[in-house]
Amino acid sequence: MGMTITEKILREHTDLKELHSGMLINARVDVALGNDITAPFAIEEFRKAGGTEVFDRDRVILVPDHFTPNKDIQSAAQCKVLRDFVSEQNLSHSFEGGTVGIEHVLLPEQGLVLPGDLVIGADSHTCTYGALGAYATGVGSTDLAAVMLTGEAWFKVPESMKIVLHGSLRRWVSGKDLILHIIGRIGVDGARYRAMEFTGDTIARLGMADRFTMANMVIEAGAKNGIFIPDAVTEAYVRERARRKWRFYDSDPDAVYASTLDVDVSRIEPQVAFPPLPSNTRGISEVGEIRIDQVVIGSCTNGRIEDLRVAAGLLKGREAAPHVRLIIIPATPGIYRAALQEGLLEIFINAKAVISPPTCGPCLGGYMGILADGERAVATTNRNFIGRMGHPGSEVYLASPAVAAASAILGRIAGPDSL
Amino acid sequence: MKFKGKVWKFGDNIDTDAIIPARHLTTTDPAELARHCMEDIDPEFALKVGTGDIIVAGENFGCGSSREHAPIAIKAAGISCVIARSFARIFYRNAFNMGLPIFESAELWDRVTGGQHIEADGGGGKIIIVGSEAQPLSIEPIPPFMQELIRHGGLMRHITVKKQQSQGRK
Repeated sequence: MGMTITEKILREHTDLKELHSGMLINARVDVALGNDITAPFAIEEFRKAGGTEVFDRDRVILVPDHFTPNKDIQSAAQCKVLRDFVSEQNLSHSFEGGTVGIEHVLLPEQGLVLPGDLVIGADSHTCTYGALGAYATGVGSTDLAAVMLTGEAWFKVPESMKIVLHGSLRRWVSGKDLILHIIGRIGVDGARYRAMEFTGDTIARLGMADRFTMANMVIEAGAKNGIFIPDAVTEAYVRERARRKWRFYDSDPDAVYASTLDVDVSRIEPQVAFPPLPSNTRGISEVGEIRIDQVVIGSCTNGRIEDLRVAAGLLKGREAAPHVRLIIIPATPGIYRAALQEGLLEIFINAKAVISPPTCGPCLGGYMGILADGERAVATTNRNFIGRMGHPGSEVYLASPAVAAASAILGRIAGPDSL
Repeated sequence: MKFKGKVWKFGDNIDTDAIIPARHLTTTDPAELARHCMEDIDPEFALKVGTGDIIVAGENFGCGSSREHAPIAIKAAGISCVIARSFARIFYRNAFNMGLPIFESAELWDRVTGGQHIEADGGGGKIIIVGSEAQPLSIEPIPPFMQELIRHGGLMRHITVKKQQSQGRK
């Protein structure tokens, strides 16, 4: 019986000869990740269990990105727990101050996660790395603690869902629109416990940024992981970054899938997910007149240089509407520098945007752009749950960088074609 | 492994931001997290809930973030177990790791109203609605390994207890 890429990667990280969906396995972990919200718990649990040294100081990566630069005294204390542990354990990769970036953009950019890897992270958007052809999934702090101790984690091998994308993208349609459309079709639990494997002729034309955005949001459909078969695009991205070996896996032609979803991308227009669920999607032409107070362009979903280029292309020579607070967050210091060198930051400043240092900040209602009661935001982030970006009476509409930039200029939710 | 308590009923897709909003994730103190449990959908939940009470929810309970603060907040609020039509996978894993018992039941949600009392027998695999003539509902029993894990108070304590037991035998 054929195997999926997900099954093959998992098998390679065990001593098993046979592996299929539904099996409970113990697997070796290549990279274990935590952040300033989840790591303090994991560190506490690690110590309580008698841990003194992490299993491999090259493979445990802790990034203080959620509430940094420290937002208040309590979060400063949590970040300090993380920082002290990184220093005590002499972890090989440490991020501080001006080297901090949003974890799921930073790790691929730095070549720290690679195709064929098995990655767990105490953050639900760890699934992002599936874009590289890695098996990556989010877990809680306790699971992270157990991996820090042993280098292994238990998994139930997921069934796979095949998402076949074919056709050419319309103008302004990006990976964000594709994944929002898919979540809209299958629902927020449509891929619960499953692997979402993206295939089809459209994929070859998607750059890594679009693939990262799509893999990033599979958790919003309840999936365990999302995965792309690595190709020449992956190879080009990884070759200039990797400092260790990587391996490409593929799915067998006779691999077994729990279901198949066929997506003709040529029929998809830019998408907007209405509150309070990422599955509440509508095409931009069906949005109607919705006045907004804030726009956030950034996050692990859409804070990459490609995203900022799209936004800058629309904002050049234009300004955010007077009643709109436009917040732009380059996801890593590398992206910040590139945006500076390419002149994007100047365009943003001229457009009356606030440029934030890399942080998860407003995406989860942490800081750096909290909404008041009754306020509405268009955000390129990943969740629009009640109270996600601030007051429970505020609203978040999810969209692509193109829709977000156009909306900022017009002061209402709108696509670039309305400019 | 029996749980008896008053039912607090919630709908589908109760996400981790609803269970514990991210603005409160600047602490890991269970009592502080419990004070804000469910506050964006029911601001008085933490005040009203009693020790041993049970949450009954619809599909995909606990979707969203991987924050373990969610099962911790629920457990510290006094909830003895959660029974939902289905659970989001990271929450499912976290709940067991934290020692919060959870059960899947396709039928219970339609059969019970908030404020009723129920008795869930995790070992025997059934739920009784107190004061109801109806047949007990069957639920998937918790496997013995998971029962032990819950008795020890979660994964890490379980690992520690196991380690001590094996050292004691040597």
